[in-house]
Amino acid sequence: MTAAIEVQDLSKRFRIYREKPTSLKQRLLAGRTRAEDFWALRDVSFDVAEGEFLALIGHNGSGKSTLLKVIAGILRPTQGLVRQRGRMAGLLELGAGFHPELTGRENVYLNASFLGLSRRETDAVYDDIVAFAELGDFMETAVKFYSSGMLVRLGFACAVHVDPEVILIDEVLAVGDEAFQGRCLDRVRTFQKEGRTIVLVTHALDMARQLSDRAVMLDHGLVHAVGSPDEVVREMRLTILRHDLEFAREGGTREVEILGGSLLRGHDPLAGALAPGDCVTLQVDLKANEPVDDPVVSFALHDAANNYVFGSDTAQQGVGLGWLDGKRRVRFQLGPVPFTGGQYWVTVGVHSRDNQRVYHVQDQRYSFEVRQIEGRKDQAYVPVTAEVEDL
Amino acid sequence: MLLNLVRKELKVKYTGSVLGAVWSLLNPVVFLAVFSFVATVLGGAAQDYPVFLLAGLLPWNLFSVSLSQGAVSVIMNANLVKKVYFPREILPLATIGVALVDFVLQSAVFLLFIALRAALFPGFALVLHTIWLYPIAFVALLLFTVAVTFWVSSMNVRYRDLTHLIGLALLVWFWLTPIVYAIGVVHAKVVLHSHPMLLWRVYLLNPMAWIVSGFQTALYHSSDAHDVLIPLSAGKLAAGLGVVAAASGLLLYGTWRVFFGLSGDFAEEL
Repeated sequence: MTAAIEVQDLSKRFRIYREKPTSLKQRLLAGRTRAEDFWALRDVSFDVAEGEFLALIGHNGSGKSTLLKVIAGILRPTQGLVRQRGRMAGLLELGAGFHPELTGRENVYLNASFLGLSRRETDAVYDDIVAFAELGDFMETAVKFYSSGMLVRLGFACAVHVDPEVILIDEVLAVGDEAFQGRCLDRVRTFQKEGRTIVLVTHALDMARQLSDRAVMLDHGLVHAVGSPDEVVREMRLTILRHDLEFAREGGTREVEILGGSLLRGHDPLAGALAPGDCVTLQVDLKANEPVDDPVVSFALHDAANNYVFGSDTAQQGVGLGWLDGKRRVRFQLGPVPFTGGQYWVTVGVHSRDNQRVYHVQDQRYSFEVRQIEGRKDQAYVPVTAEVEDL
Repeated sequence: MLLNLVRKELKVKYTGSVLGAVWSLLNPVVFLAVFSFVATVLGGAAQDYPVFLLAGLLPWNLFSVSLSQGAVSVIMNANLVKKVYFPREILPLATIGVALVDFVLQSAVFLLFIALRAALFPGFALVLHTIWLYPIAFVALLLFTVAVTFWVSSMNVRYRDLTHLIGLALLVWFWLTPIVYAIGVVHAKVVLHSHPMLLWRVYLLNPMAWIVSGFQTALYHSSDAHDVLIPLSAGKLAAGLGVVAAASGLLLYGTWRVFFGLSGDFAEEL
């Protein structure tokens, strides 16, 4: 398979001026300007095969949009090179390439000419564009009166009707309403089937997982992970968590201290991922620095997207710790886990019975992973037995 | 794409204005009225002042509008440059295209005026024996305009001072070019000076002086033509225009390369 886009050792440096000297006088007076180099991209290399759908993900400021602009030819690489084949259409920003004073119709022709279409070719697709954008009544209105949704509809309609071989999309789809987004996704899928190459920059990790053939994750301008969308998205989510963990609260008054928590299967430390329906034990070791009466140990589970999933505590389970002086071990036996694929994070805490005093809490310190059952899209795992009997 | 962009610029230019393209005709008419007045007050005006003035003013307008608008063409289209890929040279070329549309429109009316006047009034005759200078002067004008516009449009992205500088420079340049006054008068005064040839040559270092003289010699044929026009034979003037055109071609090659060198960074600089 040939590559539609080749990115080789691509680096992009931005100069950050304290105060950007844009006039001659400032230039002359400043002598050598104090510029700081900022590398938005560093030695980025990857190929996009013809007909491939590539998702670009990463944090804000990781260089995704810069990379897309370099691929689109808007920015010039500082080092390295980008090779690209075929007609390319980009949807880089809302209303990009539209002139506010011109009508929708005029802008379609202008935009199409930027994308390399002749007037006659544009005539041929004009009606389709209007129909797709659902702007029939507004085509003779200046686009400065358009809403952002109308702009993105027109922009997307233009980009997909110019028969591009490569299409670059940067997060703009999020603007449209759900119905339009649905049609955009349909269109994108059609493109995929027709063997066109698509590069999508997105923060919607689930969309990336569902649509793309491959994903690239950027982190501070470096390629952090390349591979199957599932793996890269998981890596992305873990990175988000790890990033958060640095700020994670580990707090409390420390009358009681959590010596450590661990996840066990039976009595052995957890190794590898769980299967849905496996049982897991959360074990928490405590040490009282001062004698405390009847503390409560609690835990909470969060999924990879940091949504609260489930939690419980010793009081709820009808267990008391009594007068605590010295060390003690608490074990929570979790029944068959109803979770499907993903990473889960465990928060452990110990506090007074009336919840007024938190002795110690460790926020999302421990984690376990549950495998996705191959080829299934289950949201939860429920043990099922099936029976058949004659009537 | 260039045509589309020119069309866009034209539309934007006249959107919301009642008179629309009439403005582009009104501008030289007002200039003519003002300078006719000034020239009459000061005296020494060419006999057929409207033809003399407009012959020089219309090409000057093409040049100055291209330059001043071209200088901001990339900046004004920052939203395009930053978000859409297209050949950047289209932008200054489109501004020149817009100025060219004005020029063609104005010149058509102007030439029609000369022709109709000759046909209707016995006092005026249609003299065509120097009209061949017109296309030569036009080519020189266009090459020179494109060359300089390319340069200012790319430099202005980085050095915004240029916008202001160009305004002043064009003012000085306008008065150094024999548009309002006659180059023949300049020559007559220069001859009286102690270094006549030196001064005269310095004056003719201005390519626009040649270009404007070319247009004037092509169109101006009143009885005082000898005192008003550049004191050169049509052949020599054509040769001079040829040199201007060739030099502009070389300049264009240089500024084109400067433009391409800088255009890769436009999206960042804006």
